[in-house]
Amino acid sequence: MLEHYLSIALTAIFVENMALAFFLGMCSFLAVSKKVDTAIGLGMAVTFVLTITVPMNNLIYNYLLKEGSLEWIHPSLAQYDLSFLGFLTYIGTIAAMVQIVEMTLDRYAPALYGALGVFLPLIAVNCAILGASLFMVERDYTLGESTVYGIGSGIGWALAIIGLAAIRERLRYSNIPPGLRGLGITFIITGLMAIGFMAFAGIQL
Amino acid sequence: MASNKAREALIDPLFNNNPIALQVLGICSALAVTTKMDTAMVMSIAVVVVISLSNFFVSVLRDQIPNSIRIIVQLTIIASLVIVTDQVLKAYVFEISKQLSVFVGLIITNCIVMGRAEAYAMQNPPGLSLIDGIGNGLGYAVILMLTAFFRELFGSGTLFGKQIFQLATEGGWYTPNGLMVLSPGAFFLIGFFIWILRVWKPEQVEEE
Amino acid sequence: MQRSVGYTLLFATLVCIVCAVVVSGSAVQLKERQDVNVLLDKQSNVLEAAGMRMPGEQLPPEVIEERFATIEAQVIELATGEIRDDVDPATFDQKKAAQDPATSEKAPDNLARVQRVPNLALVYLVKGDGGEVEKYIFPVEGKGLWSTLRGFIALEADLQTVAGITFYEHKETPGLGGEVDNPGWKSLWPGRKIFGPDGEPEIEVVKGRAGPPAEEPYKVDGLSGATITSRGVSYLVQFWLGPEGFGPYIDKQAARRAA
Repeated sequence: MLEHYLSIALTAIFVENMALAFFLGMCSFLAVSKKVDTAIGLGMAVTFVLTITVPMNNLIYNYLLKEGSLEWIHPSLAQYDLSFLGFLTYIGTIAAMVQIVEMTLDRYAPALYGALGVFLPLIAVNCAILGASLFMVERDYTLGESTVYGIGSGIGWALAIIGLAAIRERLRYSNIPPGLRGLGITFIITGLMAIGFMAFAGIQL
Repeated sequence: MASNKAREALIDPLFNNNPIALQVLGICSALAVTTKMDTAMVMSIAVVVVISLSNFFVSVLRDQIPNSIRIIVQLTIIASLVIVTDQVLKAYVFEISKQLSVFVGLIITNCIVMGRAEAYAMQNPPGLSLIDGIGNGLGYAVILMLTAFFRELFGSGTLFGKQIFQLATEGGWYTPNGLMVLSPGAFFLIGFFIWILRVWKPEQVEEE
Repeated sequence: MQRSVGYTLLFATLVCIVCAVVVSGSAVQLKERQDVNVLLDKQSNVLEAAGMRMPGEQLPPEVIEERFATIEAQVIELATGEIRDDVDPATFDQKKAAQDPATSEKAPDNLARVQRVPNLALVYLVKGDGGEVEKYIFPVEGKGLWSTLRGFIALEADLQTVAGITFYEHKETPGLGGEVDNPGWKSLWPGRKIFGPDGEPEIEVVKGRAGPPAEEPYKVDGLSGATITSRGVSYLVQFWLGPEGFGPYIDKQAARRAA
């Protein structure tokens, strides 16, 4: 069993890396990767939020939206299939969770809030977060699996953005053709990183 | 004057202020669907529809929306439009909607949609907002279709599923470039598009 | 602009109601069409495995239905190979059944890395004009390199010769493992034999090229550059046609034919 979870986590971190294999969370990935410090902050915040929202949405899907899932309230409700409300509910949950996390951190862990605070509002519309929830539904993960998946894909995303930021810091000393400066070269580096991560394909436990 | 402004709203986002190439918006959900022209086209249409309608509705409501809940109202409108789009795709182009999988849903978090609603539709009348939405959607579509064109042509030797290059495996001359269909191919292509665009329009070059 | 709390609440409620009506309206309106699509999609995959549809060919719904009319679905009990007439194949969802602990068993360790095996499974029979079975079609699934491959394998009436194979769902590397859905590669399968002299499934996807079916009946050309996907295909076919999968059913049917 442990092996199974480990395999989900490793797949999410390396093989199916949110940023490099699925292009998710690209906007902030490209915009906030100029410095390693901020990249670490954003990476942590994403991991944090993913760890909370993916299992949360898993519960919502399994007990409210999935076909026949309302049975626990009353057997006559078993016929309803609300899965079309998925997008709306997930994004709502994510927005609400981000807000709650922000307020809780502000109140009880001001140091952490100082580090993550500025990034939290950005995260509500980070497609990596919604994407993880949608993939979780598509792949029919259980609660345990989705927790592991949430953490794993967060770590994978964080790893990618920190790596990119580190490369971009060094890049300042290079002589890049004017047209490629900034965005252009960042795309190409991301492509090279994606090739690197492809080496992890097929890793099996 | 008014028509001039409308023209600007439509044309400007195509090259001068392209949402992907210059504003770095909305790349998230885009690249994964560009391995084939037909998925890219359906995705582009979906985005144009969602972005123009969301701009329109937000703009209609712009004087009524209470400031404190404006983001969540915009999000609700966008999410509803995306759900309807997704349902329509599933009902009418099932084959393609299967390939788009979760990426239709990710239009919700496409920063272009939110960005235009907040930055343009909240300040401008419905008609202009609609046009601005179409313009930005098309700007997005241009990059999407271009990427898909190169990725499908060089990656599988086809366009819209029609064989253009005879593949070596089927007795032809072309050995498909597998890298094009994989994610790095998309990153490289967009990188080069930006380069070309900035050589053509040097005022977009970033200071570093 | 600042508004009263009452107005904000009222506005939020109104937006919610309007959106809810639009969303559920469209969902309810289009539901029927979507269900039809899902069904047609599944049917056309079965048709492809049966060799009754060219790969990639788009058929209008009427044609699919017409061709599918000669195909009979059966629900069988995997462990015993018995046919279960009491379960309606039209509503039986094998994928769901495989995930529910109540209707499935944990699979023994296997090379195809199948996690759970359902108690009941679907089999499609292609019937001839006289009602005799011409082909058997079995659903198969297993891990490739990146993803789970799902598809169908069709056997001739002798339950030994492959009639066709198809994968309708996979996320293998395009151009390499993704070639599992290449019509050229799939056309190498018909005519190959499944079971070796000892009755175990022996067919495998080899590295490199295999001879014609008459010379090397148990071998199929490998997918170049995709060792793991090729191996995955071998394992999943062996698993599902072996004793843990449809083996008991196949034995029973073969015995009945011999009698």
